Amino acid sequence: MRDKNKIAVLLFCLGALHLAAIFAGFFSPYDFAQQDRAIPYAPPSRLHFRDVKGTIHWRPLVCLLVERPGTFGVYDEDLQKCFPLRFMVRGSEYKLLGLFKSTWHLFGVSVPARVLLMGTDNYGRDVFSRLLYGSQVSLLAGLLATALSLGIGALLGIMAGYYGGWIDVVVMRCGELFLALPWLYLLFALRAFLPLHINSGQAFLLVIAVIGTIGWARPARLIRGVVLSGKERHYVLAAQLSGGSDLYVMRRHILPQTWSILLTQAALLIPQYILAEVTLSFLGLGVGEPAPSWGNMLATLQQYSVLVSYWWMWAPGLAVIPVFLGYLLLANALQAKGGLHRV
Amino acid sequence: MRYLGHRILQSLFLLFGVSLLSFAFVELAPGSFFDEIRLNPQISSETLANLQMQYGMGQPLPVRYFRWLNSAAKGEFGFSFAYNSPVAPLLWSRARNTLLLTGLATLLAWLVALPLGILSAENRQGWIDRFGGLLTSVLLATPDLLLALGVLLLALRTHWLPVGGMLSVEAVGHTKWENLTSIGLHLLGPVVVLVLVSLPTLTRHIRTAMSEALDAPYIHAARAHGIPRWRIVLGHALPVAANPLISLFGLSLGSLLSASLLTEVIMSWPGLGPLLLEAILGRDLYVVIGAVMCASLFFVCGTLIGDLLLFAADPRIRAERLL
Repeated sequence: MRDKNKIAVLLFCLGALHLAAIFAGFFSPYDFAQQDRAIPYAPPSRLHFRDVKGTIHWRPLVCLLVERPGTFGVYDEDLQKCFPLRFMVRGSEYKLLGLFKSTWHLFGVSVPARVLLMGTDNYGRDVFSRLLYGSQVSLLAGLLATALSLGIGALLGIMAGYYGGWIDVVVMRCGELFLALPWLYLLFALRAFLPLHINSGQAFLLVIAVIGTIGWARPARLIRGVVLSGKERHYVLAAQLSGGSDLYVMRRHILPQTWSILLTQAALLIPQYILAEVTLSFLGLGVGEPAPSWGNMLATLQQYSVLVSYWWMWAPGLAVIPVFLGYLLLANALQAKGGLHRV
Repeated sequence: MRYLGHRILQSLFLLFGVSLLSFAFVELAPGSFFDEIRLNPQISSETLANLQMQYGMGQPLPVRYFRWLNSAAKGEFGFSFAYNSPVAPLLWSRARNTLLLTGLATLLAWLVALPLGILSAENRQGWIDRFGGLLTSVLLATPDLLLALGVLLLALRTHWLPVGGMLSVEAVGHTKWENLTSIGLHLLGPVVVLVLVSLPTLTRHIRTAMSEALDAPYIHAARAHGIPRWRIVLGHALPVAANPLISLFGLSLGSLLSASLLTEVIMSWPGLGPLLLEAILGRDLYVVIGAVMCASLFFVCGTLIGDLLLFAADPRIRAERLL
């Protein structure tokens, strides 16, 4: 019962994180590509509750940033020009779920001030907005690549376990080949032979395909093991004897036995694949600018000056941690529920 | 001996499969190194055709694969377009550095993880266990990318460690001892990252294996006989728990090599990682294949060593495998 509660809580938290990603357009105050060349590397906005005259406001004020003359990236707040933070404001247009056009944003301030929860990057783009839009790319890449991996793994694993014989040998030998390589090297090798200079959308699909393809071996092995014992069950035999086709037996009687393995594997693979996308994009092999992904946002940290000076550029890296932790705990809880040992 | 031969044969077969797989990927690839050259108006199409002939690019896949096997047999492993030299010498110096880094990191990680895991298992719910559990959870939830960046930031901020490369510029031409200390200092950052990356999995596995061994009835019997605590732990429980841990040694190498690839790129350690990345970005095909082969060779060797250790440590496996 406790495990069940734990799983429910974890699913709720992860669901909330993914909802924030889905409705990125609504939660982010600006468009991910909106630049403001006047304020590169601006620090996160300070919220004032007291204006110049000393009046206390219940709405926090955000003041206009002005670059200190003769410096780069050092800003002063113009305390004369402060604007209250407002909720449910009209702003730049975006597409909700890729379908509905909308201009509503959860919060924002009037121009010319900008509310920057996590500062800006080198083009003066709002890091918080980019983080939310980037989570769409990174989280979705993880989910889709996992679906692909598990799909291939389940198909081949069930075939290998069910038919046995040469199919089993071929599938398992191929799987060993994929398991024999350090996975990042494998990922790179596969990526190496695919085109580099493509637009963000194609790169996104390509990265998903690459990540998803290399990870099928482990789930396939596990599923084969389950199927090997599962096909000996009497009800499977009964189904076969009453004339059920192989496809029918596999779909109706074998596949349901593998659900728990598939779920646990999904919880283990998703964070790994999110990280894979982040790593590829970080190294310039994944989703490229201008579309944000957590990886290509972190890529600016490869410059020592940025790494040392602008701590808010770490935001996408820190955002990975709760997602990671959530999935890890979920995998542990699922394994504990399945009566498997936790490592 | 027969077992050893069998295992080596199996590994060679695996490496052969890996090379075949890499070449299959190449065939799928659109674009080549020469596409960039083609854009250069100063190079005539005849020169280009000659170059392509020279490197055998126009030929079908089996022919190219055979040529590559031939050059691998000669110890060249193909030809690098970008460096205009055989791949093997390029790989060799880089592979040595990667081996140095991962070898040292493996050693240190086991040296830290073994006592931590054993102490946690011996005093379950004790303060070491709680602290260790917290530490491993935090490390497990932190991606290796962030760990590497964090150590880099620390090195840049505090100037405790030199950053980038393998030797300081000042150290070149100095005595051997000074060179060695310089390499050691440069090595420290990447090694710390790799140890932190591999520590949580190792510690948890060791703790689980030791806990299981310590819960066995004969351990309770030994305790009841009043045999000293540490003799029980080290003399009775550890050899039993050693079995899964030795297999872990081989398996952990794969993830360590992957983490090492990333760490090398971020911390600019001149290992296989930066070479591979440059080769990918420059479409230097044979270097990519060479680097991947090299990494798989390390990995396969690691699992082989693990298997042999297991073979030596456990008479049951010896009996079973010889049947």
